[in-house]
Amino acid sequence: MVQVLLPSQLYAYSGGVSRLEAKGAAVGEVLDDLDARFPGLKFRIVDEQDRIRRHMRLFVGRLEARDMAAPIADGEELLIFGALSGG
Amino acid sequence: MTELLIGTRKGAWVCRDDGRRGAWRLEGPLFLGQIVNHFVADPRDPGVRLMAAKTGHLGPTILRSLDGGKTWSEAGGPPAFPKAADPAAGRSVGHTFWLEPGHAAEPHVWWAGTSPPGLFVSEDDGATWQSVAGFNEHPMYPQWVPPEAGTPDGPLLNQIVVDPRDPAHMYIATSTGGVFESRDRARSWSALNKGVEANFLPDPYPEFGQDAHFIALAPSRPDRLWQQNHCGIYRLDRPAEVWERIGKAMPAEIGDIGFTIVPHARDADSAWVFPMDGTEVWPRVSPGGRPAVYRTGDAGRSWIRQDRGFPAEQGWLTVKRQAFCADAADPLGLYLGATNGELWASANEGESWRCVAQRLPEIYSVTVAAQA
Repeated sequence: MVQVLLPSQLYAYSGGVSRLEAKGAAVGEVLDDLDARFPGLKFRIVDEQDRIRRHMRLFVGRLEARDMAAPIADGEELLIFGALSGG
Repeated sequence: MTELLIGTRKGAWVCRDDGRRGAWRLEGPLFLGQIVNHFVADPRDPGVRLMAAKTGHLGPTILRSLDGGKTWSEAGGPPAFPKAADPAAGRSVGHTFWLEPGHAAEPHVWWAGTSPPGLFVSEDDGATWQSVAGFNEHPMYPQWVPPEAGTPDGPLLNQIVVDPRDPAHMYIATSTGGVFESRDRARSWSALNKGVEANFLPDPYPEFGQDAHFIALAPSRPDRLWQQNHCGIYRLDRPAEVWERIGKAMPAEIGDIGFTIVPHARDADSAWVFPMDGTEVWPRVSPGGRPAVYRTGDAGRSWIRQDRGFPAEQGWLTVKRQAFCADAADPLGLYLGATNGELWASANEGESWRCVAQRLPEIYSVTVAAQA
């Protein structure tokens, strides 16, 4: 299992929970697992071509994940951030 | 009761009247912080309401209510283009811009227009959406939707109109190619832009390439199409195929630039526009800082200024495409939302106006939900 940190923008899906566990050996698999439990969550992070949306940033530990194939190992953390400034 | 559904850059609100369109009460926000491009009730089933939403961070989705707005859920499959063989080159929906209830004979059907321009259809009240290949995969799509064209918020398929006499007969408006028509329920499309100017292209009257800000059928005469274009106000009476620039009859100092046009529910010769300054650097605010709507009662041969109640000076309003609408009451009510967060209403066909809400976020959309 991996640990996932959700940003506040996704609390509507997780019921306000910011930290949870998910399974998967790649970032895309982890998001699929989350989406199965919280339908719709993945599409708001990743577009229909599996590209990470412009103002979302994903990290496996301290390493930024650029695509869905980025590997993640048991016990590692997937950190999801909303990153946008301006009014 | 009249209910106005208001979509803004920071969430949605509902504004209800007292049953006489005299006093209005604002309720909300719904989904504070979501960018709501369109918020629409289903005239075939007043319980069904859809909202096109996204946030600065999160991708686009459709929010749905089946109980008149009491409870909401999210579409299981929002509009999305098919996965491309080369994902790097594939299209993705940036936002859904327009939601159109389907034909009266097709309950539960909705259409959606997106940015970048895409046409999508739902047959389950907006729960799941399918890409319409007839437009999205049309061989001419790359020409109708040039990659660099579009509005500051991206290129748009900004409107869908279904002929009330025939669900297979449809029109769409785009910011990149102008107006297109289908007679086979969106399976094939052809350009419908003859006579419409595109003064930003080398050929000012091309077959396609126009920026059709808004099109509307006259409800009482569906062969009549009104268009507020980037380059003026037009009318087309089918089966004719050449648009007539009726905006030439507008006062020269006002011009015929704007985002939207609203037909009368019963009088096919009447429509309203909200002109905006299209001179020099295109300020797109009320000309001279004096807001007004202009009404034609003779199919565009002449226009009458209606400004009673609006500021007489220093009123720099901008009204976007989805933010001007009418009810079907007698006399007809008109409603417009401005980017400064003011909601204006007229209960007497535009003769006088009142600001019924203010200090909302930038208003993107105003629609009428229901009338008792």
